[in-house]
Amino acid sequence: MAGLKISKWLEHRLGFIQPLKQAAEHPTPSNNASWWYVFGSAATVLLMLQVVTGILLALVYSPSANEAWTSLNFLNHNVALGWYLRALHGWGSDFMIAIVLLHLVQVFLFGSFKFPRELTWMVGVVLLLLTLGMAFTGQVMRFDQDAYWGLGIGASIASRVPFVGADLVHLMLGGPIIGGATLSRFFTLHVFVIPGLLLAGVAVHVLMVLKHGVSDWPMPGRLVRRSTYEREYHELTQRTGLPFVPDAAWKDAVFAAAIIFSVMACAFFFGPFGPSGQPDPTIIQTAPHPDFAFLWIYAVLAFLPPSLETPVLLVAPVLAITGMLLLPLLAGEGERHWARRPVAVLSVSVIAVTLGIFTRLGTYTPWSPVMDAWSGDAVPVKYMHNRSPLEREGAMVLQDKQCRDCHSLNGEGGMRGPALDAVASRMTEDQIVRQVLQGGGNMPAYGNALNPAETKALVSFLMTLRGHDLQPAMDASRELLRESRMEQTAGSADSAAAAAEKAGQQK
Amino acid sequence: MSELLKYPGMSKVDTLSPEEKAAAHTRRVFLFKLAVGLNAMVGAVLAVPLVGYLLGPAAKKRSDIGAWVNLGSLSDFPVGQTRLTDFRSPMAAFNDGETGKTSCWVRRISERSFQVFAINCAHLGCPVRWFSESRLFLCPCHGGAYYEDGSRASGPPERGLFEYKFKIAGDSLLIHAGNLPTLSTEASCREKPLVQIEAAEPAEAASAGMPDATARSTTWQG
Repeated sequence: MAGLKISKWLEHRLGFIQPLKQAAEHPTPSNNASWWYVFGSAATVLLMLQVVTGILLALVYSPSANEAWTSLNFLNHNVALGWYLRALHGWGSDFMIAIVLLHLVQVFLFGSFKFPRELTWMVGVVLLLLTLGMAFTGQVMRFDQDAYWGLGIGASIASRVPFVGADLVHLMLGGPIIGGATLSRFFTLHVFVIPGLLLAGVAVHVLMVLKHGVSDWPMPGRLVRRSTYEREYHELTQRTGLPFVPDAAWKDAVFAAAIIFSVMACAFFFGPFGPSGQPDPTIIQTAPHPDFAFLWIYAVLAFLPPSLETPVLLVAPVLAITGMLLLPLLAGEGERHWARRPVAVLSVSVIAVTLGIFTRLGTYTPWSPVMDAWSGDAVPVKYMHNRSPLEREGAMVLQDKQCRDCHSLNGEGGMRGPALDAVASRMTEDQIVRQVLQGGGNMPAYGNALNPAETKALVSFLMTLRGHDLQPAMDASRELLRESRMEQTAGSADSAAAAAEKAGQQK
Repeated sequence: MSELLKYPGMSKVDTLSPEEKAAAHTRRVFLFKLAVGLNAMVGAVLAVPLVGYLLGPAAKKRSDIGAWVNLGSLSDFPVGQTRLTDFRSPMAAFNDGETGKTSCWVRRISERSFQVFAINCAHLGCPVRWFSESRLFLCPCHGGAYYEDGSRASGPPERGLFEYKFKIAGDSLLIHAGNLPTLSTEASCREKPLVQIEAAEPAEAASAGMPDATARSTTWQG
């Protein structure tokens, strides 16, 4: 009784308890009380987790270039449970990106972005970008080597914008170099600006979901028409409606709990991310790479030809984001079911496979030289058996001249250039000499780095590399040339003999 | 008539006749609109310093960025070798900590001719490493490669390494450093002529005699 009295007292003053209750209990078509409809709420719960853990981390974190890295190590090692809070925040971020992407794919494949939920989708696209913005700025908060060089990559991309490139770099860094001002402004973005926009965006997003209702389960052949959809949805809700809380929301709640539990488990078992080395740009023995969500971009940047890089970097994101924003306006009506939308299914598949491949490549960066292969990976013993002294000298040259940084032998070494295990079955001696001295096909020229003796030794060693004793490559034209030369010389010998004979006769 | 409106967007004056509507444009309505306009003006004036503050880092004149930094004695750089050396950026602020430091590669070609390269790859700014045996700079990020004179050898970079301007003062090697070297904020400022030696020191310019380095710089400038 007392509880009821207090709640009535509160409601009389607040006035929004009843409206909230009504909103929670709003009827929703029974066919969308499905496990497929749980991603949005899980993303919201993850956002709450990030807000809470972020505030707790801010109690200790020091957003200063002098101290940030040290304060993270302090959190990891000296603050009780500091490591766990960092791990929760880091894993929460990865889970949030994954769940937001799943939510996007589900909404796209279910055609839920169509009339009247176009704006809900557009706000959702902005929320995705803000989530990625949080991930990038969060990576900068972990002010370590990867963060430092990640900022360098960001600045280098900004510098490619025509005319205002330099100004953009200075705006991004807060000055001419990466430093305290840079960390401060990324801290401001990560802690004030983007979270504010994110929370406001989520509020608008959820309000629109309440206004239009959670989309009904798509059926092949049941088309969305602007003239009839809202009436049909209303009738469906009237006929089959369930109160969202609790009849549909229990699944959301179970899934959210499972996700939070997964974050807790990952945080507990795998621990926090970094920080890696200190953000000291004079330590250049580093191979910077971005966080998981951005690995695919890192990979794409390795494959773009130089002439296309700037246009692609500047134009592709604009096109992609514009395309996503305009999607519901261009395809706001018609079929919703994935079985009747092959282009949609194909697009998702292609994009997912592409992102997956590039992310996978980003984890082992085959385009990067292995900086210590020349001193770390020895020439396999089997390639040294029965070799002449010159050929063994060539193996030394191969190691010394750091060829192994880009070329592998027996699976060890860099993957930037082709493996050399069977090089002599692909290229003739002349071709190898030319390739080594002049380079080409993405290989630098070594003409200045090798003297003739070294070249001779190196090539004679390479000529022994024929895989499983394959035939050596041969120059078919050379044989022809030799034959024709022999004929010529035979012919000229004949004529010379004839001339001598003639001369003898004349004598 | 009830004071409550029946639906959002409904106005009390909807049901009125034109004359009554005209009469409804009271002095209070006029004053309110005037006050809104006043706030817009105050807001605009307020926005000027706020935006100015925000754009401050971009407003600095490019020629103001950078200064000469001493890299140390000439004897630290043996002729024919390329060495890594550290310096504190002249642009470093009080709160930059160790990020205020940076490195560069110093190549001493002959007694008085040098090339000083930024460590930042011309592709996306990662730190390039010098491999003296293969006479190449290699980038760990995307595999950009440069020859010993800084020119592009292979990989995604579209140009050679960024070069600092240098000068020799007595026994010291000085470079002009400022911006983080990127494609639009190069190690050397655009406005200043890309002659490594200042005009005030013709003797050194002559002795340094780097026609090839100067020519390359200008071609890179495009």
